[in-house]
Amino acid sequence: MSWVPPLLVAIPLLSAAVVAGLDHMTPEPIQDGLVVAASTATTVLAFLLLWHAESHEVVHWFGGWQPRHGVALGIAFAVGPVAAGMCVVIGIVVTLALVYSLTFMGEASRPFDALMLLALGAMCGFAMSGDLFNLFVWLELMAVAAYALTGFQVEQLGPVQGAVNFAITNSIGGYLFAVGIALLYARTGTLNLAQIGRSLAHGPAGGIVIVAMTLLLCGFMIKGAVVPFHLWAADAYAVAPAPVCAVLGGVMTDIGLIGVARLYWTVFDAPFGHSHAVGDVLLWLGIVTALLAGTMSFLQRHLKRMLAYSVVCHIGIMLAGIGLLDSSGLAGAELMFLAHALLTAGLFFVAGIVHVDHAMIDELHLHGRARGCWVPALAWFGGTIGLVGTPYVGIYLGHAAIDDGATELGRPWVLALLWLGSALAGAALLRAGARIFLGWGDAEDPLLGEAMEEEPLDRNVLRPLLVAVAAVAVAAGIAVSVVPGLGQRAEYAAERFRDRAGYTARVLGDRAMAPPESLPVTIRHTTLESLIYGGSATILAVALALVGLHRRRLPRVVGAAAARTLAPPIHVLRSLHSGVVGDYVTWVVVGTAVVGGVWAALLHG
Amino acid sequence: MSYLPYAVAAWICLVGLAGVATSRNLIHLAICLMVTQSSSYILLLSVGYVEHGKAPIFKGTKLGTTAVDPVVQALTLTDIVVSVAVIALILALALDAHRLSGTVDPDGIADISG
Repeated sequence: MSWVPPLLVAIPLLSAAVVAGLDHMTPEPIQDGLVVAASTATTVLAFLLLWHAESHEVVHWFGGWQPRHGVALGIAFAVGPVAAGMCVVIGIVVTLALVYSLTFMGEASRPFDALMLLALGAMCGFAMSGDLFNLFVWLELMAVAAYALTGFQVEQLGPVQGAVNFAITNSIGGYLFAVGIALLYARTGTLNLAQIGRSLAHGPAGGIVIVAMTLLLCGFMIKGAVVPFHLWAADAYAVAPAPVCAVLGGVMTDIGLIGVARLYWTVFDAPFGHSHAVGDVLLWLGIVTALLAGTMSFLQRHLKRMLAYSVVCHIGIMLAGIGLLDSSGLAGAELMFLAHALLTAGLFFVAGIVHVDHAMIDELHLHGRARGCWVPALAWFGGTIGLVGTPYVGIYLGHAAIDDGATELGRPWVLALLWLGSALAGAALLRAGARIFLGWGDAEDPLLGEAMEEEPLDRNVLRPLLVAVAAVAVAAGIAVSVVPGLGQRAEYAAERFRDRAGYTARVLGDRAMAPPESLPVTIRHTTLESLIYGGSATILAVALALVGLHRRRLPRVVGAAAARTLAPPIHVLRSLHSGVVGDYVTWVVVGTAVVGGVWAALLHG
Repeated sequence: MSYLPYAVAAWICLVGLAGVATSRNLIHLAICLMVTQSSSYILLLSVGYVEHGKAPIFKGTKLGTTAVDPVVQALTLTDIVVSVAVIALILALALDAHRLSGTVDPDGIADISG
């Protein structure tokens, strides 16, 4: 089976080259067919890979440079169930986005298709790479494709600003990552992740490894839009075309987090596994991210910007799951990745439909305009409920697994904070849906700031296709929590992901792995606490949404007092998200320095 | 091996970042970004340098000849290729920014915020 992993990269990259090369030479239907076929083939192969990766690690050494006597000589793709599962999700979301953009992108579709395929190949390569430097190369390749896709429609200043901020912030992330690689290579003399982990397991780690870890993990967290590195995300997602947002917000941002988990469990668990310092920092960053982005989401009126903050909020919850450093937390992050990718993609698709229908995407301007669009409305509310985590809907199963992990580690307070985050982001989306699709509430709300100028989308779209794609994405995302056996498989995958000694042995060929026991095919059991928290989060989200819609009907004393106490912090929050790239870079530097300082203080003493 | 190359790399990285953070011109900013990245080249090359090492071309040399590490040079080259793509894109965006708003000041193109 070791021939499959390279194909997941080769098929999209070669098709991208063909599509770009044959531009204006072949009729459009053939090009479109080729693009969708390439992406579908990649997805099918990813499923095949997942099937095989469950029973053994699929390792491909390029050029046949197998390890000799347990020493890695070549460059490898090492695919376990987590990596293969990510490739599946990436394939599905990109395929949906490509089908959506067949008519949505209009004339511009050809270079666009090539860039999307490039991103697909790069993301799959990133997910499967077992080599530190290759992680960097795939990271940069998908980043370059993403910058170009973000600034694709440069007829207005917004997309330029979004793409510039995105490109500069993420490039700095890439450079920090490169410096981290150089330091780790200096210390260990190898670039293979398994070999680095084995090398670091012997002898004291020293300051250089702490610096390298800070640079590498912060590099990934910039990509993953973790607070305070998240500032670029809202600018970029607000302006990118809807199918691009679906790919960026659905899978590409989350990939940064999987990178964090991958590096920790293959490399840094060896020297720092005895302490909980690394996990605690990630946990706290996750909690702050979830709460801050949830609040910011509630303060938006631009649909895609609101969704962008909702993405960042869920990123925070996933990072907290990874930061628990146990199998339940990691399994929760995987399950959330799956449900969140599909639901977010679906919501961005709905936002695109609204944009095409009404030539704007502002919650207040759209007040009541989309009444009677039943299918998009259902998809929007379904996606929103799925993202809040109502029991047995959407991200609930992942959320519940993270709850289990936190409770087992004696940190039950984590649950409340994370659920609050998803309730806040969900409330914003519910409020927007109620205004746009039901015409509820006031058409004015000074709390939400000023409207952004938006370019009308004058496109000849095949609307039923767009609606169908959105509905499929949301329906699949909602169903994730009730797929029998999925929870247990995620947990098994997480166990294997965390088993550093086993991973090293499987990659470097010391021994084969024992085949797994057969996994039960039932819906994963969740605790009563999770049910209660999920239910309360839903109620809270609905209540907050209603408050947002009908603020004027609150008693005047309450309203005035709330406005007085909330206005200053809201003003500060808004001014932090200034849209100026210099500020973002300052935050990146400060954030990296603080994270590194905390780790140095906790791990070096 | 002295610590000088490492100090130089750290210095260049920080100077570049300071330039990016305070820049008022996107083209100047792109150059600062390149400066930041060149710190990683210096770091990589100093990691792989071996005192009295020869170029890593082994055809016709005796077994056991000391050579510098060939891997870091490959990494540096890849790094340069990647940065060219990124810089080209940022410069293209700077052109667009100028076309649309008449300025290349990052403050001037900050259309969206909050």
